[in-house]
Amino acid sequence: MTDSALLSGSVSSLRQQLRDRVVSSEEVTRACLERIEACNGALNAVITVCAEQAIDSARKADKAIARGNVASLTGIPVLHKDIFCTSGVRTTCGSRMLEQFVPAYDATVVSKMQAEGAVMLGKCNMDEFAMGSSNETSFFGVVKNPWDLNCVPGGSSGGSAAALAAGMAPLVTGTDTGGSIRQPASLCGVTGLKPTYGRVSRLGIIAFASSLDQAGPMARTAEDCAIALTAMSGIDAGDSTSADLPVPDFHAGLNHDVQGLRIGLPREYFNDDLEQNVRERVMAALSVLEQAGATLVDIELPHSHYAIATYYVIAPAEASANLARYDGVRFGYRCKEPVDLEDLYLRSRSEGFGEEVQRRILVGTYALSAGFYDAYFNKAQQVRRVITEDFTRAFDNVDMIAGPSAPGVAFQFGAKQQDPVAMYMEDVYTLAVNLAGLPGLSTPAGLINGMPVGLQLIGKPFDEQTILNAAHRLQTDTDWHMARPQLETVTP
Amino acid sequence: MSVSPQDVEKVALLARLAISESDLPEVTERFGRVLGLVDELNTIDTETVVPMSNPHDMHQRLRPDAVTRQNDRENLMASAPAQDQGYFLVPKVID
Repeated sequence: MTDSALLSGSVSSLRQQLRDRVVSSEEVTRACLERIEACNGALNAVITVCAEQAIDSARKADKAIARGNVASLTGIPVLHKDIFCTSGVRTTCGSRMLEQFVPAYDATVVSKMQAEGAVMLGKCNMDEFAMGSSNETSFFGVVKNPWDLNCVPGGSSGGSAAALAAGMAPLVTGTDTGGSIRQPASLCGVTGLKPTYGRVSRLGIIAFASSLDQAGPMARTAEDCAIALTAMSGIDAGDSTSADLPVPDFHAGLNHDVQGLRIGLPREYFNDDLEQNVRERVMAALSVLEQAGATLVDIELPHSHYAIATYYVIAPAEASANLARYDGVRFGYRCKEPVDLEDLYLRSRSEGFGEEVQRRILVGTYALSAGFYDAYFNKAQQVRRVITEDFTRAFDNVDMIAGPSAPGVAFQFGAKQQDPVAMYMEDVYTLAVNLAGLPGLSTPAGLINGMPVGLQLIGKPFDEQTILNAAHRLQTDTDWHMARPQLETVTP
Repeated sequence: MSVSPQDVEKVALLARLAISESDLPEVTERFGRVLGLVDELNTIDTETVVPMSNPHDMHQRLRPDAVTRQNDRENLMASAPAQDQGYFLVPKVID
């Protein structure tokens, strides 16, 4: 088997080849590590590579396979976003604040995937503390989009999306607080799933906004996302917001049948603000589902417009509380020669956090401060309910909702960096899904001038199966998800 | 709502962030732009709406108060920037 076949295969096909002993996990793992070495200089998608540890895990996986002892991800190489704590492996969250941080424990997502036999290759670059939509806020430098090295990969899980698109791993993890899995998946031409809030444990995920954060898989196919989602999900005693619900076998539950499926198209997503060429790609994808038997229904989400304002109060408010823990005392960056305790706090935080993180802490602190709490935070939580009720009403009449994942294709570096509000608009179609705690998925819907566009599918709470099925059907009838960037590798 | 550099300085102090004199005008300008965005919330009537803090309106689940893991101080403190004999070190607080 050629390296390029190893590097472009899906998890499901790779899994079969591993079980049939056509290829070993060590071979696949070595091929991924070589690909990382060849491309990471150009892309900067990976912050930490765990080569020795990966080879060791791969050999163990090969022994398990030889014994016939296989789990759902045995021998499959994965890259984790550097927001997941990994025991003994540096976890930076894309920040100077955590440049030297080595966690003492694994995030539940990491340990669950490891228990299913996954082989961890390393940790992916990301926007600092997951705050950004372009990966330009990382302390470890920008990540480049493998489809065009002058363009951003999206964010905050941009390193994960770029690594996957470039063939560094068949499966990667991300987190999504306002679109951070779906928007980079869209911009890099891969499939990304944000599960329902509560489906996946947040234990060991460095906290950004705790009522919105959710981890999920990114892969080459919806089928692979289904396999990974089952591996990642489930109640966890360490996260009191993880849902006490049985975890379905999403892969076994996959089917091609979209006959009679009612798909809602929100008027507010398909208005005049939507770029014509994005609309064309999204509608082309939806017509494939329509031809397969689904019905497209016009719906209204009348308060969609308020999602950005609501999000940019709630997320920064929760972030300001979560990031209060970084004080230069217990872990993380500490300034040089503090004159007193106050100086230690002030300088450690100002030197340790980047500009966007500081801006969000300021906005959040303001929204929570005496005199402004009711006008901002309480108000935003009220509007959050109004937005959520829009979805609940819409789901009385449809099985899922569809729209664009992002307003356009990947943009050039620096294009939106000067205006925070312009950058926030990147997530205009994704934020409301987090506010309402719903599952959302981005699947490739073709290219515009050689750059990928994503279709977003939004499901009812805990009904990831329906959106996975629809994406799977789309990927059965089209080959948009098979498109790969022509990346010239930089050999060391 | 417009914000002044003094407002920003006050919030920065609450958040324990130091903003240099030279950065203050730009920080204030960009901060103001974000607040301008969120001021839109005032155009919607929410008089009777109950605030939502969890998307599924879940309530906090409590666990039995039982020891589940052993204390692992050495390992947990390994990432502390300054420590001595199991204590975190900070600048002198009391003279």
